[in-house]
Amino acid sequence: MASNEEILSGLAEIVNEETGLAPESVEMDKSFTDDLDIDSISMMTIVVNAEEKFGVRIPDEEVKNLKTVGDAVNFISGAQA
Amino acid sequence: MPRKVVITGLGATTPIGGDVPTMWANSLKGVSGARTIEADWVQRYELPVTFAAQITTPASEVLTRVEAKRMDPSTQFAVVASREAWRDSGIEEVDKDRLAVAFATGIGGVWTLLDAWDTLREKGPRRVLPMTVPMLMPNGPAAAVSLDLGARAGAHTPVSACASGTEALHVGLDLIRSGKADVVMCGGAEAAIHPMPIAAFAAMQALSRRNDEPELASRPYDTDRNGFVMGEGAGALVIEAEEHALARGARIYAELAGTSVTADAYHITAPDPEGLGATRALKAALFDARAQAEDVVHVNAHATSTPVGDKPEYTALKAALGSHVHDVAVSATKSQTGHLLGASGAVEAVMTVLAIHERKAPVTINLDNQDPEIPLDVVTAPRDLPQGDIVALSNSFGFGGHNAVIVVRNV
Repeated sequence: MASNEEILSGLAEIVNEETGLAPESVEMDKSFTDDLDIDSISMMTIVVNAEEKFGVRIPDEEVKNLKTVGDAVNFISGAQA
Repeated sequence: MPRKVVITGLGATTPIGGDVPTMWANSLKGVSGARTIEADWVQRYELPVTFAAQITTPASEVLTRVEAKRMDPSTQFAVVASREAWRDSGIEEVDKDRLAVAFATGIGGVWTLLDAWDTLREKGPRRVLPMTVPMLMPNGPAAAVSLDLGARAGAHTPVSACASGTEALHVGLDLIRSGKADVVMCGGAEAAIHPMPIAAFAAMQALSRRNDEPELASRPYDTDRNGFVMGEGAGALVIEAEEHALARGARIYAELAGTSVTADAYHITAPDPEGLGATRALKAALFDARAQAEDVVHVNAHATSTPVGDKPEYTALKAALGSHVHDVAVSATKSQTGHLLGASGAVEAVMTVLAIHERKAPVTINLDNQDPEIPLDVVTAPRDLPQGDIVALSNSFGFGGHNAVIVVRNV
């Protein structure tokens, strides 16, 4: 079980790997599309990499609800519980 | 008179140099780009051919990590070469609605396709990357170059096996002459040094198996030639309406004076032994360029080093150029680069343009005993081309019976 801080930093690494964005720019209140400029294809890659990293399943229909980094961290945290 | 079209920018990433100056210097020296493949898959699959001509400068040294991640290697090579050609052209401002792309490939994203297949089988559909389709599609290189340059006058992908790169120049010339574009980024890219294509080309007995001496394996016109050597890379050429180039004071390398494409309609892989389709392509290209056989001083031949392929090209050259064929300096640069398949025509076009511009013919290596049935004047040591008005040809032929020829003239 990872803490929210650990999930955030793990997610930031995945985002950095996919998009080149600095990990510190990946903050809880940032919107994936509006702030981080992540398109749907990159988002799906990030989701699949997050599933593998955190050992969770993020259903496709759930992805559209993950608007901010915080949404994703909270979902992953809940799914791990 | 159709619009005159000139060549103003050149780019390349090849097995004998990661940019045009390095490639050109090596092509005059005569070096082999063929090496034993270091990857573990050569042993794992017990491939009958263990060498190839791989690019000298990995695309990861030129592109950012994120750029490279979203591109198949064929597209990476296309972007590397086209960026060099664009910088070289010196174009600062251009109407993007009048800028087109004609970027060819023979096979497309074969690494991506087969990696995704492995992922599907080993890890299931969830792990197949969402970028798989845009990375494997054969128009990927053209699309990526269009995106990179902001070119909006169409992004075309001629696919005609090993004639593809030359056909890209044919398409580009048409786009400018017909008034649909003023500038076209033309080229070809290929990245097929993967175990499956090697196994497949080997299965059809097309590849040399000189595994102990890779650098001696590509030997067009030699009596001991026994197949081609797989190469990879890309070539790119900025072609431009002459008035557009003159208006911006561009450095002009040469004129793209004419092109032609024909089909053999003879056999799916074997060349017509009489070279009839190739002869028609040569004659049509010269006619298109309003050039005479006697104007031709240099040919960058297709000459892949296969036993069956090299001779029909000679037959066709003889039929098209008559007795003048023996006064033409012929270079078989695949002896150095290997066969870059759909990129070969583009890389050889870059060399042909430089041959005209610098008036020097690149060399053919490994010609120890010239096949007596192919009595061409093959350039084996650097040779100056004549002064005055000169014309050079570059030929490409592809499985499927595709014949493509370009005519390059000095300006």
